[in-house]
Amino acid sequence: MSVQLERNKAAKSAAGREITLEVKNLKVYYGTPTGNVRAVDDVSFHVYKGEILGLVGESGCGKTTTAMAILRMVQPPGRIVGGQILLDGTDLVVLNESALREVRWNTLALIPQGAMNSLNPVMRIHTQLAEAIETHEGRQSKDKLKQRILDLLTMVGLPSRIYDMYPHELSGGMKQRVCIAMAISLNPSLIIADEPTSALDVVVQRVVGQTLLDVKERMNVSMILIGHDMGLQAQLVDRIAVMYAGHMVEVAPVANIFDEPLHPYTQLLIESIPSIKERKPLRLTEGLTHDLRNPPPGCIFQGRCAKVMDVCRVDKPPLRLLKPEHYVACHLYE
Amino acid sequence: MAEPLLEIQNATKVYGGTGFLHRGKTTVALQDFNLTIDAKPATITTIAGESGSGKTTLANLVLGFVKISSGQVRYKGVDVNTMDRAQLFEYRREVQAVFQDPYAVYNPFYRVKHIFDMVLGNFKLARSKSAGRDMIEEALNVVGMRGEEVLEKYPHQLSGGQRQRMMVARAYMLKPRLIVADEPVSMVDASLRAMILDIMLRLRDQHNISFLYITHDLSTAYQIGDKIHLLYQGSVAEQGSTVKVIENPKHPYVQLLINSIPVPDPSVKWGGEEISTQDDEQMRSNIASGCRFYGRCLHRMDRCLEKAPPLYTVGDSGHEASCYLYAPEAVKSR
Repeated sequence: MSVQLERNKAAKSAAGREITLEVKNLKVYYGTPTGNVRAVDDVSFHVYKGEILGLVGESGCGKTTTAMAILRMVQPPGRIVGGQILLDGTDLVVLNESALREVRWNTLALIPQGAMNSLNPVMRIHTQLAEAIETHEGRQSKDKLKQRILDLLTMVGLPSRIYDMYPHELSGGMKQRVCIAMAISLNPSLIIADEPTSALDVVVQRVVGQTLLDVKERMNVSMILIGHDMGLQAQLVDRIAVMYAGHMVEVAPVANIFDEPLHPYTQLLIESIPSIKERKPLRLTEGLTHDLRNPPPGCIFQGRCAKVMDVCRVDKPPLRLLKPEHYVACHLYE
Repeated sequence: MAEPLLEIQNATKVYGGTGFLHRGKTTVALQDFNLTIDAKPATITTIAGESGSGKTTLANLVLGFVKISSGQVRYKGVDVNTMDRAQLFEYRREVQAVFQDPYAVYNPFYRVKHIFDMVLGNFKLARSKSAGRDMIEEALNVVGMRGEEVLEKYPHQLSGGQRQRMMVARAYMLKPRLIVADEPVSMVDASLRAMILDIMLRLRDQHNISFLYITHDLSTAYQIGDKIHLLYQGSVAEQGSTVKVIENPKHPYVQLLINSIPVPDPSVKWGGEEISTQDDEQMRSNIASGCRFYGRCLHRMDRCLEKAPPLYTVGDSGHEASCYLYAPEAVKSR
């Protein structure tokens, strides 16, 4: 009942803005001999048109699995057990393989983790970009294709002389921007970037981050930016979705998350950001994440929560709308 | 004055120059590096820099994994290269290492107590089994763990944070004087990072163990480090007390680096001027003579190309920067 209410509210709050992607009650389980690992358990969120949604959480919380599920690229023993993934109204979960091929890259692009290592070392940059375009749009005239590739390179801030270069002649940040160019080459409506800057040092990370922002502004494309660097998230995203142990615990505009985090896990995440402004005592945490095969009844964060109450051990808190656009799953706010 | 614990003098490491394909092509990974770690009080000395700056080469030199090209590494006054067997044995016991990847250092076929048993055996630390068992227990207590919880488990049953703490416990068990920690927290989740850093602080303060903390992350260095050496392409760009260097950077590269760290506050945008990056070729083309940062520097002068700048004093307590902006005559004329 309350879930229905949340939905109505969500629909209302979204009335003014167009939704590109809506994920509803997504469940992805990995089958193991000792039971299912619930990597993503009943996760719902949406991405508006032209915004960047940050997806954060510690390793193993299901961020990448969620992204892979949206692309329908979950590898066995993992499988999508339930839920809906609506991209511009089409449910991706029920699409067959050939229909999926049309969706992937055309409307849904991925910048994978360590994307710069995914370039083919024996192909020139322009050949790789041309291949991506021609595979999906068929053969094209040489001049047109060349112009289009040069435009793409300009878009991500790369000089045109790299058109004829090989990947090894470029630095890590430049390779990463070539991957961004590939992702936007077919004008997708959603780009999923999985830790796009994790292997780069801070100076290059900043350049790549600014490229992503630039691309978003110019193309009005939606993005999901997966990462665990809260500093980077603060600089790049519009809204943040916080995951913990396969569950969505808080979704809110980026300013709310940093000014007034509500869920105890989000608070912990914010407080454990090392600062370069002030030297402060380290904040330590106790407790361990439970076994994902066998989640405890009640709240999934109870094992590590400092504010745990009796009700948390019995009842699972739903993700509720507390303030405009601010969702949180915690019994503290009832 | 008391003998310093570790003294590195004019350490230079050149790779390549031999072999059929690489004859004559050399890469200077580290050039004329100097460092002193006092025996008392114990300190955390940070070596920071981007990938390829030579920080891991330095760690490998100290640990004896690679042979030094010129210069000296002296431990308690004795050159590591000329140590006899007994001295080397002691050196190997007193200088321990903690590595970046807590997943790769364990053999997945053995229970985790194996790593402790190996150490006990190799260094003949314990007279009896029960004495050895007590030593393991004590070491685990220092890092906040209990033997019965973890020793009989296999590595895959532990979290990344637990594994990294066990590596610290293993190092501690040998009663080292110096631990070389190569990116010990870069693969550990943010919420557990504080725990590892806290252990480092406690080992320094309560057990008089010094650290050579190698990292690319200036914010954690700022939180726990005493002294810092910032490397750029093998040479020191700036060094001094961590707090002074990070709060008041002098070298243009270090200023760029600190400006590029994403601020975890959505209302504060990336500071400093817009930056551009060049490809590897351009960045490395000027290093034959002159300042290595020349290609990217906003304040470059003609004299920067003639000869690499020496370290000039730019502040108190040993704050030095290698940049002609701080040459005595340049400072006077301004």
